[in-house]
Amino acid sequence: MSFLPQVAFLIILAVAAFILTKRVRFLKRNILLGKAETRNDQPEARWKTMLLVAFGQQKMFKRFIPAFLHLLIYVGFVVINLEVLEFILDGILGTHRLFAPILGSVYTAAINIFEFLAMAVLFSCVVFLIRRNITKVPRFTKPEMKGWPALDANLILVIEIILMMAILTMNATDQILVARGDEHYIALGTLFFSSLLQPLFEGMSDGALVFIERFTWWFHIAGILAFAVYVTYSKHLHIFLAFPNTWYSNLKPKGEMQNMPEVTNEVNMMLGIPTDAPADPPAEIGRFGAKDINDLSWVNILNAYSCTECGRCTSECPANLTGKKLSPRKIMMDVRDRAEEVGKSIDAGGPGLEDGKSLLGDYISKEELNACTSCNACVEACPVNIDPLSIILEMRRYVAMEESGTPAQWNAMFQNMETSFSPWKFSPQDRFNWADSVKEEEIPD
Amino acid sequence: MSTYKVPTMAEMAAKGENPEVLFWVGCAGSFDDRYKAVTQAFVKILNKVGVSFAVLGPEETCTGDPARRAGNEFLFQMQAVANIQVLNGYGVKKVVTACPHCFNTIKNEYPALGGNYEVIHHSQFLQQLINEGKVVLQGGGEFKGKKITFHDSCYLGRANNVYEAPREVIKALDVELVEMKRCRTKGLCCGAGGAQMFKEPEPGKKDINIERTEEALATGAQAIAVGCPFCLTMMTDGVKNKERENDVKVYDLAEMIAKDMGI
Repeated sequence: MSFLPQVAFLIILAVAAFILTKRVRFLKRNILLGKAETRNDQPEARWKTMLLVAFGQQKMFKRFIPAFLHLLIYVGFVVINLEVLEFILDGILGTHRLFAPILGSVYTAAINIFEFLAMAVLFSCVVFLIRRNITKVPRFTKPEMKGWPALDANLILVIEIILMMAILTMNATDQILVARGDEHYIALGTLFFSSLLQPLFEGMSDGALVFIERFTWWFHIAGILAFAVYVTYSKHLHIFLAFPNTWYSNLKPKGEMQNMPEVTNEVNMMLGIPTDAPADPPAEIGRFGAKDINDLSWVNILNAYSCTECGRCTSECPANLTGKKLSPRKIMMDVRDRAEEVGKSIDAGGPGLEDGKSLLGDYISKEELNACTSCNACVEACPVNIDPLSIILEMRRYVAMEESGTPAQWNAMFQNMETSFSPWKFSPQDRFNWADSVKEEEIPD
Repeated sequence: MSTYKVPTMAEMAAKGENPEVLFWVGCAGSFDDRYKAVTQAFVKILNKVGVSFAVLGPEETCTGDPARRAGNEFLFQMQAVANIQVLNGYGVKKVVTACPHCFNTIKNEYPALGGNYEVIHHSQFLQQLINEGKVVLQGGGEFKGKKITFHDSCYLGRANNVYEAPREVIKALDVELVEMKRCRTKGLCCGAGGAQMFKEPEPGKKDINIERTEEALATGAQAIAVGCPFCLTMMTDGVKNKERENDVKVYDLAEMIAKDMGI
């Protein structure tokens, strides 16, 4: 026997591993363009959140139909990948169905389960394609979904369908060859779903069947490796990043905005309150708020790469629902696209962050930021605990404190607060007037 | 017969007393004509039940919430630090407020600046009073048997996971509580949060409060209950916009309880 297929397989595996390593480094570096933030507290709560939200898909089930279909694909992905282990070992060792003789009837049962899941994945992907392209579920047709995002989504579904077809075709032809007495192939008993496909291939010659069987084997394993690489360029990254992303969830009350200690020091000084801040303040405070991705926390960028553009956030955003320009999903996509742009520029020896562009202005407009009601509907809706609101609020801080670019009515509100300690223009002396009439009223028995 | 008392922290301190709870009135509760009625209703309930409370009166200032949400962290912290000095000066331990924005800010954001208090929203406080039997509802009041819907405030609900207290208070009135399609974690904002209260909305197809009011009216409710001054304004405006102000009223929880108590 020639070692050629094994050598070819090892080369494919090595190339995939090389590209993947490079891509993972690229993504990690991009995520770490964000500011340092420690989020390792309450490990128990973090593991629990990850288990429930990512592993257990808890928040997906707020919408049952897509959640159920997604669950089929998710379980299919996880379980069918057990078979990929056999594919890889067979490829390296030059064997065929390495585990079949060892596991016996358990193997047949396992393959039947894989085939059932392959059918389930196929079914779900077809329904998802229909939802995106025929019934056009509104959240998939928003402006930010035009072009690559829509193509990306369809490509993923089509690739998954083809990969599942390959597995089923491979099993069908494999077992016809067994029936014809080809000794290289191993009898597995009844494979329910692929046997339904057998009539399509029964008229073919042995040679043609061996070709199809081998082709689909190679196609499936090479396809999975290529898909793994594709994922790193795609919104589909959520299949991996959902786990760390939920682990690093914000565990504080959603209404709490993070304090800015650098401001606290100045405020305390202005009010003459002794502070425990070091006498030597850090040389560079940096900017207040966020203008570009490096002003955001690395968690914000991890969030952006974990976003699979499902649009549940946008479909529950009161601003978006009433026709405003803001879409929380677009905020996440913008952060990711800007991180990609900066990362690519750095790798090409370009100016990186200093390319004259920024997240604010070139990607996200003030009109979008100003439309947010900070209602947390987007945060609540996200199936993987992404927090678009913290990005919006950080960017508002930049606009207000570095650019003095807030809308005129907000500036008036600031002024009222500075002069009369209320957002409205009332005299502070009148603050307690509401009590006057009550104090004169008699308490009934 | 005695009249209602509204003691201030300063008066109490002068007598060497310290109330159990500080009622944080908030700017809307102090200045907004409509919300002043809510403040008064709540104070009447506190009097009637005999809760040991005080207000800051003229010493109270804005928590800084809208400034912070609009991005002005300096102004927020100036307000917050000054308020914390006053609160800590009086040794305040427990705060109750009828404004979810004040509630969220004092509860979640003041600790980072040195202000640590037990903070509860008035819906939670009312629920406690009802559960403890201190507020005894007549149940035969003007709300009996009426269809009432509750509008979740973002800063009470999603921001702080308070969903049941206001509903328990409403149910205690022997009414039929009907839910809107989007309620609890899915509740739709009234449109005023994040400092939107203080500016015109950005260009769009519709105002958020109209969208929300339509949803509330679709329940067939005869009254819309809220627990937030901004929501009260937005929903009241929405009902007027839909020309339903004659048959659909918007109330704060405290007003409903006070009415039922006949005060």
